[in-house]
Amino acid sequence: MQDLLRRYGPVLTGFIILIVAFWLLILVIIPNITLFESSFRPYLPVSEIGGPKDTYSLNNYLKVFNGSIETSFLGLSFQVPVHVLTFWLTIWYSVVVTALCFALAYPVAYYMAKIANPRSLPTLTLLLFVPLWVSEVLRAFAWWIILAFKGPLNSLLLFIGAIDKPIRWITDYDAVMIGLVYTYILFMLFPLYNAISSLDTNQIEAAEDLGAPWWKIHWRIVLPHAKPGVASGAVMVFMLSAGSLLVPSILGSTTSQWFTQTIQQWMNDALDWNTASAYAFLLLFLCTAFVSLVMWVFRVKLSDIAK
Amino acid sequence: MYKFRQSLAHLYMGAFLIYLLIPLLVMAGAAFNDSKLPSIVPWRGTTGRWFVELAGDERMWLAFRNTLLVAVAVALLAIVVGTAAAILINSISGRVRTVIYGMMISTILIPGAVIGISTLLMWNKIGVPPGLHLSVLGQVSYIAAMVMLLVLARLQSFDPALEEAALDLGASHGQVMRRILLPHLYPAIGAGAAVAFFQSIENFNVTQFTRGGADTLTVYVFSKVRAGITPTINALAVIMIGITIVAAILYELRRRRIERMMARVSPE
Repeated sequence: MQDLLRRYGPVLTGFIILIVAFWLLILVIIPNITLFESSFRPYLPVSEIGGPKDTYSLNNYLKVFNGSIETSFLGLSFQVPVHVLTFWLTIWYSVVVTALCFALAYPVAYYMAKIANPRSLPTLTLLLFVPLWVSEVLRAFAWWIILAFKGPLNSLLLFIGAIDKPIRWITDYDAVMIGLVYTYILFMLFPLYNAISSLDTNQIEAAEDLGAPWWKIHWRIVLPHAKPGVASGAVMVFMLSAGSLLVPSILGSTTSQWFTQTIQQWMNDALDWNTASAYAFLLLFLCTAFVSLVMWVFRVKLSDIAK
Repeated sequence: MYKFRQSLAHLYMGAFLIYLLIPLLVMAGAAFNDSKLPSIVPWRGTTGRWFVELAGDERMWLAFRNTLLVAVAVALLAIVVGTAAAILINSISGRVRTVIYGMMISTILIPGAVIGISTLLMWNKIGVPPGLHLSVLGQVSYIAAMVMLLVLARLQSFDPALEEAALDLGASHGQVMRRILLPHLYPAIGAGAAVAFFQSIENFNVTQFTRGGADTLTVYVFSKVRAGITPTINALAVIMIGITIVAAILYELRRRRIERMMARVSPE
């Protein structure tokens, strides 16, 4: 701070602090406090806002527990409130998407870091970056075309004789998962690649020379070294999946519902902004909890994740 | 056995690339199919009429203009905020730094829907109606953090002694900033502006909640996809992918040229 004053003088220092304060206070903290405050207020006609009925309560949060439906998970069936189910399924499928992304991206990251010819690496990276630059809405749309009932995937499978009649792909959460994995896998790939490429290849060779089987090399040497990358990728993919609105809206079926869609319904269809706030706050809370959990499990710091 | 694993690895990499690129090809292909529904099967003949139809769509042009305006505004604001934040973070230490830095970073992780709703609510409280100006503010709130990270990385290679020297030689504070610090940061600020610009074009979640009635391209495409589509969206996709690929190739050529130049300067 003293340093800043000495170098840039009081005026510029004042500006810098003002700008940062504008960012953190006006753009981040106060909006979130407003969100939190609104989430406890009832939804009232304009004339009654500020009136005797406008009191704080937990009612908006309790709406999560309204309306039960029957569901089954892992063979057990039980009664669950609709929104709790949506919330739970959003978390569950986001975790599955994260795991799938890791499983698919890990070999590629290892290949790029340790096997690929260094000369072809820039071209490879460039090819991988092309889909990343194409907008998310278009990537989801591309899968909408591919997975359509009379679309190219079914035609191809029918043609090569893998199936007798077309499969309905856009059903339940299937297409949402396919879309989410495709959309966010690169956010897993690049942190993993960065982490693995910093591993000294000699360590792998030493393990090979000493007779370690390939899976043991990955389990005991590569994976522990890549831990910060795994944590970073997992957090990114999970947050993006759980917070995604585009992919579940475009690739969702009649029986799939994402938590962000529920928030959007409260916001834009029911026009009940206060309940939407409560739900948005729940989502924020979940995400914070998840990030903290991952950071604790992997013993990494927030600054390691945002790289 | 080793050879076998090696070829398996190459094969997997190839399959992965195909997996990433095929959807884009399918989507692009559908833009040229003379069929009311966007698909590549059955092929009903090649046509360019979806491009013509797209060019005649006024709503698309309006959305396009909005997108550019928002992206430019976001890029400008984000580089100012991000650079100031990086300079501040770089000159403080200890607990305060950890807290402020943590707060800045965490903005990247806040779900877009939450940013959108909270921005809308706060400005609505003080009587500012929703619209693209709020989308700009909402987007800046997390994109600035990305710029901050880029500039902060560049600051690591900055030699503060240069500023000392300038001050000793009688430079004013403004001159130190303008002539010494900022020129060193320009590459990172430029990269930050590019990142901010493209992040803004991509953004859907924040924009969706704050936009009021205005369209951006992403919102336009989204509404088209939901409400019965014609392949005009595919035509738009072809153009966007085309721009992406051209930009990527230009970038690669420039990189190769710099590499060759470096090789010539320092022959080993």
